[in-house]
Amino acid sequence: MSLVSIRDVRKSYGTVEVLKGVSLEVEKGDVVAIIGRSGSGKSTLLRCINGLETYQSGAILADGIEVGGLHANLRELRRHVGMVFQQFNLFPHLTAAENVMLAPTVVNKTPKKEARAIAAEVLAKVGLSEKMDAYPSQLSGGQQQRVAIARSLAMRPKVLLCDEITSALDPELVNEVLRVVEQLAKEGMTLILVTHEMRFARDVGTHLVFMHHGKVHESGKPKEVFAAPQTPELQQFVSGIG
Amino acid sequence: MTYHLEFSALLPYWQDLAWGLWFTIVLTAVSTVVGIAVGTLGASARSFGPPWLSGLVRVYVELIRNTPFIVQLFFIFFGLPALGLKLSETTAAFIAMVVNLGAYSTEIIRAGIDAIPKGHIEAGVSLAMTRLEVLRYIVLRQAFAKIYPALSSQIVIVMLGSAVVSQISAPDLTYAANFIQSRNFRAFEVYFVVALIYLMLSILLRYLLRLIGDRFVKVG
Repeated sequence: MSLVSIRDVRKSYGTVEVLKGVSLEVEKGDVVAIIGRSGSGKSTLLRCINGLETYQSGAILADGIEVGGLHANLRELRRHVGMVFQQFNLFPHLTAAENVMLAPTVVNKTPKKEARAIAAEVLAKVGLSEKMDAYPSQLSGGQQQRVAIARSLAMRPKVLLCDEITSALDPELVNEVLRVVEQLAKEGMTLILVTHEMRFARDVGTHLVFMHHGKVHESGKPKEVFAAPQTPELQQFVSGIG
Repeated sequence: MTYHLEFSALLPYWQDLAWGLWFTIVLTAVSTVVGIAVGTLGASARSFGPPWLSGLVRVYVELIRNTPFIVQLFFIFFGLPALGLKLSETTAAFIAMVVNLGAYSTEIIRAGIDAIPKGHIEAGVSLAMTRLEVLRYIVLRQAFAKIYPALSSQIVIVMLGSAVVSQISAPDLTYAANFIQSRNFRAFEVYFVVALIYLMLSILLRYLLRLIGDRFVKVG
């Protein structure tokens, strides 16, 4: 069974339908890059996967848990589905290490000392061992986003959702974050990324999904899709970005 | 006729002043702690509670913030006995103070909660924390840091406002002053000294609140 299974999901805000029947299967180890214009529904789709948004019809199963059910065990689901945001959303009153330790100690009841060891491990993975006791305000945007990734990793997620995680960064800080994500992909982490980094989507992604007007307009292997877009919309989108 | 200042006329009553001061300090301390607890619950309910509870808290806050403290105090002490609820002046004073500060601090803390970016709440929820855990570890910590100065001012206002409880004969510092001047008729001396005591109490309280703020309220 797929790790994440999205079946004909529809969602509206009032009368505006933003997801018009989206289906997508994500297997363990996949790196799925979702691209598309703003307003195409890609972020909304991502936020539906961990229950930050609700949907009106269809089904999403993540790690076997039905997300949209009335009594969905969202807490259990979110222990296995991590999320990284465009705006980092680090907790400014906590140090980098404390940001990482919070969920393990509060949610998993991991003892402080053990949580600190986890924090050291995941912060080393994102190359920030020396910043453990720094506050977010003392870190650059790229460093903050790497801490945010480490914070998600501390929960040992089975899949990591990344919502335009480099869009708020200065251009020179984008690569340090992408390198971390690429390393995770190499280690076999299942990733679903909404991204505007086309080169990254092509080189690191195992699947490419082009969303247009609330639907999966085109999908396939990134290199093939980029080399020969089948639909005029994707051709236009790709050439528009250059 | 000239008025001769005679501060020594207060000396026989120093114990009354000391007890009054002690009562004011205890009244302020207790109502601050309990009032802020009420405010924290109220603000949490307003921001995160179900609509009916949020509405109820709103009515409470508006009711208290738009009526005079002395009327609230009189209602509790003189009004409630009509419903069979008879309270001692001390109990009535404590309740009125807590109810009053509870309403004001609800509004102050709620402003702090509103100032927390929604993304922080989503990040906490995405880390599998419950709403209550997000509130406790992420939202309230930051909210208190943001509104601490406003809350400190309100605490000083409440301490000074506590003088009103003398009107129901709760034995505070002002009550002691009224008592003394009714005995020795030295109104100028008594109220001058009591004003000085309130002034020093305010300065001390602000200093203490700053120490507590520096020590416990992390602004990050």
